[in-house]
Amino acid sequence: MQNNSMGVFLLFIVVLLLSPLAEASETAKDNYRTYCMQCHGMQGTGMGLNIRDMSVQPRDHTDAKAMGGRTDDEIFKVIKEGGFAISKSVLMPPWGDVFTDDEINDLVKYLRDLCKCKFGG
Amino acid sequence: MNYRIVFLAFCTFALGCMALTTSAIAGDGANILSERCASCHDLTGPAPTTLEKIWQRKAPDLFYAGDKYEQAWVEAWLQNPKRIRPAGMFYMDHIKPGEKRDMVDDSTLTDHIKLSKADASAVAEALAAKQPMNSLIDAEKHDPAVSPGPLGEMMFDKFFGCMACHQIEPGYGGLSGPEVYTAGSRLKPEYMLSYIRNPQAWDPKIWMPNKHVPDVSIQKMVNYMVDLSKEDWNAKQ
Repeated sequence: MQNNSMGVFLLFIVVLLLSPLAEASETAKDNYRTYCMQCHGMQGTGMGLNIRDMSVQPRDHTDAKAMGGRTDDEIFKVIKEGGFAISKSVLMPPWGDVFTDDEINDLVKYLRDLCKCKFGG
Repeated sequence: MNYRIVFLAFCTFALGCMALTTSAIAGDGANILSERCASCHDLTGPAPTTLEKIWQRKAPDLFYAGDKYEQAWVEAWLQNPKRIRPAGMFYMDHIKPGEKRDMVDDSTLTDHIKLSKADASAVAEALAAKQPMNSLIDAEKHDPAVSPGPLGEMMFDKFFGCMACHQIEPGYGGLSGPEVYTAGSRLKPEYMLSYIRNPQAWDPKIWMPNKHVPDVSIQKMVNYMVDLSKEDWNAKQ
C-alpha cells in the first residue's frame, strides 16, 4: 500500500516536471512575429511579404474602425478556426493546431493593443 | 580446374571491391555532411520545439532527409543549387518594409555551396539513409491516379489558400514558404501527403498551418504538384 502511494506520488512529480515542456507557451508578440507577420506585415498594417498575388488582402490590424467591428470572441474564432469560420477568406488559415487557447487569448489582447481599440469603438 | 579457382577468386575480389567502394561512397557522404553541411543543417534532430530554436535554424533540417527528398533530385540540385525559399529559411530574417508591402532583402541571402558530381552523389546517398520518421511515411499511400483535373490551381488558391505563402510558378504566389512548382520532383509523394496532412507532426513550430484538408483533396494537391514539376520552368523564365 505504501509502495503504491509512493508510486502515485512519483508519477505526480514526473507529470509536474514534464507538463511545462508539453505546454510551453510562447508570448503573443513572438507568435505574432512568427506566424502573422508573413501576411499581416512587419507593422501589422496588412502589408505583408505575401500579399501581392492574394485575391483578398489581409486585415490591417492597426485599423481601429475595422478591428472595432469584431468582438473578442470573433477574433478568437478566426485565429483558431480560420477566415472560413466567420464567412471570410480561406486565405486566413486556422491556427488551432499551432496555438493553445491561452495563446490565442493573449493574441486577441495583443491585437487590441495594436488597433488601440475594443469592440464597438 | 585451376581456371575455375582463379575465376572464383577474381569474382570474390571484384564483389569485395564493389562493396568497399559503395561503403566508401556512403562514408564520404557522411564525412562531407559533418564537415561542410552541419554548420547550417541539423543532421541529428529533433526538430525545434520552441520559437527561439526555430528562429535560429539556418537551413532545412536534414535529419529526416531520406524520408523527405527524392535522392536523384538531391544529387542534381547539389551540383547546381538554386534558391527554393524566396525569403530564406525564416522569412523574418530576410525582409524589410517596402512602399506597398514588406519586401525580400536580397542582401541578407546567401547562395548554397555547390558540390562536384562525385561529392553530390555521395551526400545524396548518405542523406537517403536518414529515415527516422518513416512511420509517418509508411502511413501514407500515394494514388497517382487521382487526377487534380482543372481544379489543381483552384485548390491551391481559392479552396485552401496555399498560394498565399507558396509560389505555384516562378514569380507568382507567396514568398514565406518554399516554392511548390518544383516540389513534385524534389519531395517524395508520401512526404507531401503527410506534411500537408499535419505539418506540425514533422516540424512542431513551423509557420505552415494545418488546414485539415480531406484525404482525396490531399492526393489531388500532391498530383497537381507532381504535374507542375514536369514543366520546364527554366525555359519559361
